[in-house]
Amino acid sequence: MMKIFKKYGFLTAIIIVNLFALIFFPQVGKKSIAFTWDNFENFLLTLFPVFICIGLLDVWVEKEAMLKIMGEKSGIRGVLLSFLTGMITAVPLYALLPVAGMLLKKGSKFSNVLIFICSCTSIRIPLLLFEVSSMGWKFTAISFLTNIFVVVIIAFLIDLILTEKDKKEIYDSSLIM
Amino acid sequence: MNIVFTYGLYVLTGVLLMLSFMKSKAKTALSLKKAWRMFFGILPQFLAILFLIGLLLAVLQPDTIQAIIGSRSGIKGIIVSGLLGSVTIIPALIAFPIASELLKNGAGMMQIAVFISTLTTVGFATMPIEVKYLGRKATLLRNFLALLFSFAVAYIIGRVLG
Repeated sequence: MMKIFKKYGFLTAIIIVNLFALIFFPQVGKKSIAFTWDNFENFLLTLFPVFICIGLLDVWVEKEAMLKIMGEKSGIRGVLLSFLTGMITAVPLYALLPVAGMLLKKGSKFSNVLIFICSCTSIRIPLLLFEVSSMGWKFTAISFLTNIFVVVIIAFLIDLILTEKDKKEIYDSSLIM
Repeated sequence: MNIVFTYGLYVLTGVLLMLSFMKSKAKTALSLKKAWRMFFGILPQFLAILFLIGLLLAVLQPDTIQAIIGSRSGIKGIIVSGLLGSVTIIPALIAFPIASELLKNGAGMMQIAVFISTLTTVGFATMPIEVKYLGRKATLLRNFLALLFSFAVAYIIGRVLG
């Protein structure tokens, strides 16, 4: 019962709020439903291939192989690999998180997964040209360079603050995704 | 450009699926089954967030955002821009043109930089999903640090370009 509530509680609450808005503020309510629908299409469009790739990763990539390339002993190569894959990926944060979960399940080092997520969100090589055209190359270059440091610092700090017990809990929950 | 990337993702997924299918039908079927199960496991949270984002966007529309960021300046404007960027989820590709428009209309460089940076790195709305995969502590830390460092990056950009 508690589990069902936990799973659907947030959804139920937000739908009730939406209904409330529809009844008392029809303008806002209607817009909200329209935006939700628009976003729903985008979400599905992005999530569909992402989840298929995660499924393939789960079945085909052995834990040992993943341990070697991004695991505890992958060293600087693991760090660079996480960084590079993160930088060339330009999917939104919500689509990245399941990927991060799968990387953890396969035994990637926690700090490497953090580097992957952080570099994905702040450095997007596929969007660079677009950024240059609307923000100018100076803006783009400075934010690119400073973000490289920021990614490393944030990943390092989180890794430092989390205890072994915290990390074990995260790895344990990644097994049942 | 975003759509090009999404198509690329589809092509890549198609190629991988084909390779997988040629190697083993059984394993491919298993992977699809797993993908389906994982997707449904997280779907309620995703739907909830979709509704939440819909509501936020209905209240905070692009022109509202433009008005808020454009009209305020100084430290207060920077903080407001950071908070706005943290609660809204707009694809970076839509955000860039809005940002350059704002710049032309006289908004400050630091405000814009903070807005763009928090938009992609800090996600209040998606936190429930993040908690599911990374745990509460890591999620809170990551979002907090990303917000903090967005101000730092914006400061550097503002100092160099301003």
